[in-house]
Amino acid sequence: MSQVVKMDSRREGPAVTRPVYQIERMSKSFGAFRALQGVNLTLNKGEFGAVIGSSGCGKSTLLKIMAGLMPPSSGRVVLAGKPVLGPRRDIGMMFQQATLLPWKTTLENVLLPIEIRDGKGAARAAAGRARDLLELVGIGRAEKVYPGELSGGMAQRASICRMLISEPEVLLLDEPFSALDELTRDFMNMELQRICLERHATAFLVTHSIPEAVILADRIYIMQANPGHVAEIVDIDLPRPRNLDMINTPKFGEIVHYIREKLGQEAFGT
Amino acid sequence: MTDQGYTAAKAEHPAYEGDTIWTEQEPLIDRIPRWLAMTGLMVLILGIWFGLTATGLVSPIILPGPGETWDDIVFVGRNMVTGGYVLEAMWTTSRTVLYAFAQATTLGFSLGVLVGETKFGERAVMPYLVAIDTMPKVAFAPLFIAWLGFGISSKVALATFIATFPIVVSTAAGLYAASENERMLFKSIGATRMQTLLRLKLPTGLPYFFTGLKIAAVGVMAGAITGEFLGGGEGVGALIRVSASQLNTPRVFSLIIYLSFLGLALFLMVVWLERTLVFWRKSDKPSGMG
Ligand SMILES: Nc1ncnc2c1ncn2[C@@H]1O[C@H](COP(=O)(O)OP(=O)(O)OP(=O)(O)O)[C@@H](O)[C@H]1O
Ligand SMILES: [Mg+2]
Repeated sequence: MSQVVKMDSRREGPAVTRPVYQIERMSKSFGAFRALQGVNLTLNKGEFGAVIGSSGCGKSTLLKIMAGLMPPSSGRVVLAGKPVLGPRRDIGMMFQQATLLPWKTTLENVLLPIEIRDGKGAARAAAGRARDLLELVGIGRAEKVYPGELSGGMAQRASICRMLISEPEVLLLDEPFSALDELTRDFMNMELQRICLERHATAFLVTHSIPEAVILADRIYIMQANPGHVAEIVDIDLPRPRNLDMINTPKFGEIVHYIREKLGQEAFGT
Repeated sequence: MTDQGYTAAKAEHPAYEGDTIWTEQEPLIDRIPRWLAMTGLMVLILGIWFGLTATGLVSPIILPGPGETWDDIVFVGRNMVTGGYVLEAMWTTSRTVLYAFAQATTLGFSLGVLVGETKFGERAVMPYLVAIDTMPKVAFAPLFIAWLGFGISSKVALATFIATFPIVVSTAAGLYAASENERMLFKSIGATRMQTLLRLKLPTGLPYFFTGLKIAAVGVMAGAITGEFLGGGEGVGALIRVSASQLNTPRVFSLIIYLSFLGLALFLMVVWLERTLVFWRKSDKPSGMG
């Protein structure tokens, strides 16, 4: 198994390996309850990170702090050289539910971040870009449709576009496709990979699915609870671009098995 | 199903046919078309009514017959068409109801936003509103008459007073209706509090607001008529009271029927506005009637 865990080696890929996200000794308490304790994490430019861990170990909390949606209790959270002190334009966030506004068309929903930040005029000016994004994820024809008429997969695609419209440097994804059926989910994951590769985006994904983490990520952070912390980092050196056939390779199986054991150990306290 | 299973099932139940399509039979009474059911019920009620009065079981002073009532409805209708005193009374009551409805909407919406959006409103204002809301508000009528006189304003005040509360409560509830995810989304795209209120919470709360408006539309009618009963003046309420004191029961009935048209018109206006503004709920079952 030693070939799987390569804590020291950086993967090849984008030539730049400068860190964009740095979290040091970060802790978060809700009253007396310590949700996160001493989290250290570095994300490099263009890297795809995934975090996996049991329910309630603080994954969503970590992501919300990274997105500037809630302040940490202590520690440092730095993105692109500047501390994260609130929501930022260079951070794109995607939630478990698509959360599209039902009174706006797909296109208007995609343009919402621009409309909120820069006003209606800027949103109108960005409409072309939004259409290109919808085209990119294959729902260009749904631009004038209201969310009530979209399928779950289409809605999540629209919310990917909404995340991408402000061209964020970092994509934070909290179980984005867990509400979708397995086939759609596999497909969406491959779309996500394609988008990230195309835009050299840095991504950080929260997931419950080990295969999903392995097929997408360059590094997997295994979290443990009580208090939440990163217990282990696993580098995945499968070649890019990944495809779904890799799931059936022995190597993939080995990695999944390894991570499952790690998570199992944590769950049973050994 | 395998062939074997099919054969076995068939052997056990001779009538068994694998491909038989069966449909659910609704009971006969549920299959009557709506218009027929409504007409049927109407005929039934009119029949009982006619029976009670024609046989002399009930005195015509207490309950006039359907024919008598119909004659009076026609009479009052003529009076209105020719611009008689009933039309004047209708106009007075309509104005009262519309003023009160507009005031209650404005006041109720403002208070609702105060209660739903600010901690001060929620903690300091809401308890008082709840306390007042539990009181029988009609009991305030003499006060309004003492303060504002026997003209239209005392009736407007009472009707406004009654209709404001449901709007406050429903507006506030609507502001709480946006989900945690939606709030988080707005936060993550850097929305200000005002933007979150205007672009997320208010549109999300719109259906709730309209539920309040529908309750208020009913309340405003009740308030206006009660005010006219107690405070005199020129409205339909005063006419009803006078007719009742003259034992002119058919007139009371026909005035009530014309009043109900007024109430229905107001209610349908609200329903129409809701359908127009809350267009994304079109496919949903409409709440209330209409
Ligand atoms: N706002 C809050 N106030 C108090 N406690 C909270 C709050 N948010 C989260 N917690 C607690 O912090 C812990 C971590 O929550 P979090 O949502 O980050 O878990 P998670 O790893 O995302 O779980 P899941 O996999 O089920 O989504 C939980 O025990 C939760 O009860
Ligand atoms: Mg979570």
